[in-house]
Amino acid sequence: MSYEFLEDIAIADIAFRAWGKDLQELFKVAGDATINTMIDNLNSIEPKQTRTFSLENDALDLLLFNFLQELIYYKDSEQLLLRAQQVQIKLKNALYQLSAVTQGENLDPNRHHQRVDVKAVTLHRFQLEKVENGWTAMVILDI
Amino acid sequence: MAIIEVLKKISDTVWEIPVSYKEGMRVPARIYGTEKLIREMDDAVYDQITNVATLPGITKYALCMPDGHFGYGFPIGGVAAMDVESGGVISPGGIGFDINCGMRLMVTNLTYKEVKPYIKKVVDKLYQRVPAGVGSRGFVKLSRNDFRQVVEQGARWCVRNGYGWEEDLPFIEENGCIEGADASKISEKAIDRGFNQIGTLGSGNHYLEIQVAKQENIFDPELARSMGITMPDQVVVMFHCGSRGFGHQVATDYLQTFLKVMESKYGIKILDRELACAPFNSPEGQAYFAAMKCGINMSFANRQVILHRIREVFSEVFGRTAEDLGMHMVYDVAHNTAKLERHMIDGKERSLLVHRKGATRAFAPGMADVPERYKAIGQPIIIGGSMETGSYLLVGVPTGAQTFFSTAHGSGRTMSRTKARKTWQGEKLQKDMEAKGIYVRSTSWQGLAEEAGGAYKDVDEVIEAAELAGISKRVVRLTPIGNIKG
Repeated sequence: MSYEFLEDIAIADIAFRAWGKDLQELFKVAGDATINTMIDNLNSIEPKQTRTFSLENDALDLLLFNFLQELIYYKDSEQLLLRAQQVQIKLKNALYQLSAVTQGENLDPNRHHQRVDVKAVTLHRFQLEKVENGWTAMVILDI
Repeated sequence: MAIIEVLKKISDTVWEIPVSYKEGMRVPARIYGTEKLIREMDDAVYDQITNVATLPGITKYALCMPDGHFGYGFPIGGVAAMDVESGGVISPGGIGFDINCGMRLMVTNLTYKEVKPYIKKVVDKLYQRVPAGVGSRGFVKLSRNDFRQVVEQGARWCVRNGYGWEEDLPFIEENGCIEGADASKISEKAIDRGFNQIGTLGSGNHYLEIQVAKQENIFDPELARSMGITMPDQVVVMFHCGSRGFGHQVATDYLQTFLKVMESKYGIKILDRELACAPFNSPEGQAYFAAMKCGINMSFANRQVILHRIREVFSEVFGRTAEDLGMHMVYDVAHNTAKLERHMIDGKERSLLVHRKGATRAFAPGMADVPERYKAIGQPIIIGGSMETGSYLLVGVPTGAQTFFSTAHGSGRTMSRTKARKTWQGEKLQKDMEAKGIYVRSTSWQGLAEEAGGAYKDVDEVIEAAELAGISKRVVRLTPIGNIKG
């Protein structure tokens, strides 16, 4: 379970690759990578508030896109920095359905060390794939 | 094969990639830049600009400006004009998530000598008054319904509500309010993300800068005078920001809308999902155009409120009114838009949707939409360089027709953010810059390190390439003395 920011992909934006032993873990890791792009000390985010949400998409990779986008949405709409605690993904009637429990708190500039704001998840070279030991994704975030 | 071997040299500053380079290219791609800039350009530019060349309705060439670099969908610096009367498309990936991100410049009647003793005070106060950084919120408290009015009325709403002067409006593209913005085409999520954010800078490469027009950096004193730069070492204020979370959400929403209909309904195949698009003359294309215009107006409003805050701060620090300090607008011009324009193509006037993503409109003297005051000299173009080097004020020229009257938008990055933050350290950079006479404040040390001058191309070379190519003309180079980084 890890992610890595990539030096040679994207210049004005931020690219990362994430890995997880299963899809649920991959989604959580990619979520953390997105928040970590904005806040350097991820562990300073305390689980004071909970937001649960459900999403669906007929494409699995676009479900990841929607999930990351949801975290960005809360960052602007409520100034909430959220980390996924539980993620469930099911396939039902040809639709991938996600339910997530996320926790976090309002951004506090004194405790949360800011890096750069994320504007959006881009679909450029966006990739989610199954590999031998689990799943991996590559994402370019618009900065 | 190295890309330089594929490129056909059209002139010292124009390089062409033929349609044979990639299957599906409808037109050649043309990249602007000196040989040095071309050799230094990252490979993604060539891949991305040739993807753009496959889009339906693209006219003449897929263009990339001299500051071009790795983007998403389009490269940054990408320009594509779509013929809307023959199936031309509109693509959010050709505009960018930060709809109407742009530059605003205003003059003062203060000199460097007068401002220097107060620079820390000015920058510190601006840092407090113009919120920057992750998810920042502004001081203008609006209801969601008020916000719907803002996105339909742009800077006009601001002036009516006391943020700025009536005289500011003619010096904003579209007079500060683009017609046809329709708030019924935007999502609730977009409103949620944006209605608290008017008057905020954002982050990344967004900034607010106090600059000096040094005598030796005035290339054309006549033109400079026409734009209000009239005395030696005159202090000006430049800032760069966009439509914040609102615009980002509008683009995200329609990217998904277009993905759903593009192939199934319109039979359009693309090489990169970020280039998702729909015919301009389709229900989806028209809905996005009306929603995108709301993003345009939000960014005009955002910059108008910031302008108002800057005037307040200068007025407080110098104990004189903003009018007395001569704080007049030079211009406000965007570099992330798609606009419907009339252009002459092979002797016939055509209606084209010109996408400019990290490229600035550069209208020539006499063209419609150039403010009366600049009619004879051409449209001002504001180029934001890196915080360590300098920025430019340029003007549009008649030979700009070759790029649908477009030019560069900045100096262009050469190094990734991830690499830059390993190369420089924010605190040290701040001290080094202060020693060089630039006082900088930022919400983020890492964000500051990522914006180091060394992560950017040589802005002088970029602007010279644009001038040699005949797409814009230098007027003044502006030197930073104080900077607020998002």
